[in-house]
Amino acid sequence: MNTMNKITHHLSDQLLLGYAAGSLPEAFNLVVATHLSMCDECRAAAQSFDSIGGALLQAQPTENLGNAALAKTMALIAKGPKATVSKPVGSDVPDPLSAYIGGGLSDVKWRPIGLGVRQAVLKTSHVATARLLYIPSGAAVPDHGHRGTELTLVLQGAFRDETARFAAGDVEVADEDLHHKPVAEIGHDCICLAATDAPLRFSAWIPRVAQSVFRL
Amino acid sequence: MYNMGMNLDIVQETGASSRQLAYAVFNSNALDDQKANFSAVTQTIPKNIWVDNLKRIQTDQDQQAFAELFGYFAPRVKAFLMKSGASPGMAEDCTQEVMATLWHKAHLFDPSRASVSTWIFTIARNKNIDALRKQRRPEPEELTWGPEAEPEASDVLVMQQESDQLSQAMKALPGQQRELIEKAYFGDLSHGQIAAETGLPLGTIKSRLRLALSKLRQTMK
Ligand SMILES: [Zn+2]
Repeated sequence: MNTMNKITHHLSDQLLLGYAAGSLPEAFNLVVATHLSMCDECRAAAQSFDSIGGALLQAQPTENLGNAALAKTMALIAKGPKATVSKPVGSDVPDPLSAYIGGGLSDVKWRPIGLGVRQAVLKTSHVATARLLYIPSGAAVPDHGHRGTELTLVLQGAFRDETARFAAGDVEVADEDLHHKPVAEIGHDCICLAATDAPLRFSAWIPRVAQSVFRL
Repeated sequence: MYNMGMNLDIVQETGASSRQLAYAVFNSNALDDQKANFSAVTQTIPKNIWVDNLKRIQTDQDQQAFAELFGYFAPRVKAFLMKSGASPGMAEDCTQEVMATLWHKAHLFDPSRASVSTWIFTIARNKNIDALRKQRRPEPEELTWGPEAEPEASDVLVMQQESDQLSQAMKALPGQQRELIEKAYFGDLSHGQIAAETGLPLGTIKSRLRLALSKLRQTMK
């Protein structure tokens, strides 16, 4: 799924590095993977962070393996690949998200959280939470007071807050300093995928080093 | 054969070996020249690029090609997994699984978008998340060349060279800076640490990848 929509709000280098290094919580990885499915700009950046990992791997001092390691690997190969979950077909969301929903948007089990807004929490590891948000046209997201970092990826429709307008494919990276009140644009209901890491602090798992080390 | 003089300063600057000299010379040519000279230059590609081995696994299930890849990469994958927190026993088992996955997924490797070491890194990283951190790893939608199309040889060559240059740049980093990057990638970075500018040439790889993706999108339409 590659939205025709021009994406103007992208992932930060810290998040892309964290995704490449594998240090983000699962809920954040889900938002990143879903955005990368929609945005080639960030996919290229993410893969260039992967290539640092490749360069590091190549530069590793070696650890000897057991004598039978190759033979054991050949035996694993002979067993054939592990069965992978078959892709849901014709889903209206990108594959990584579809795997968490177990289908498309019509399969989501929404729960009301007030003012017409609905949410569905997706099952991830507990360090951070991923949820789908359904904001009816013109409605505002009730204040959910995130203490840590919040990522909000628009899947359908658009919302505005004090900072900017976010349409399909756009992602808002909000830290705890941002007190914002997203409002869905009139005309279309807005569906978002959001991840929050509170009560964990952002800096505990995002390598801050990213910003200054890498020139992208 | 090429204008060596112009490139000598590059070589001196980076303290490059004669093998890199071939690179430096080669890279000074325009893309069109690269296409024209592709077969001539192939001989200067160092063995460690490994793309051929993967192709032999892909097309002929070549066990010799796999054994060579295994000999080089498995001990590095094991080291990577141990640095990321795996016990030696667990790292040994996971390494075997990583290398088996490499065989099973060989058909998905796209040499216009990654070096073999980058691709193996992503498999090892995912194994690490799965086995050590017990998390699922959501991956972006796969973009692959259709049954008929495949990347152009010149695109493959350039991507492999740029990956190699990144490796050289990494090796040339001062120890402290490389250590910070290692910590970021081995999940051992206590917060608050800020590194100085290292100047790793990520920008070129990124724009190359952007180009590769748009070519791929065109064939998918
Ligand atoms: Zn983006």
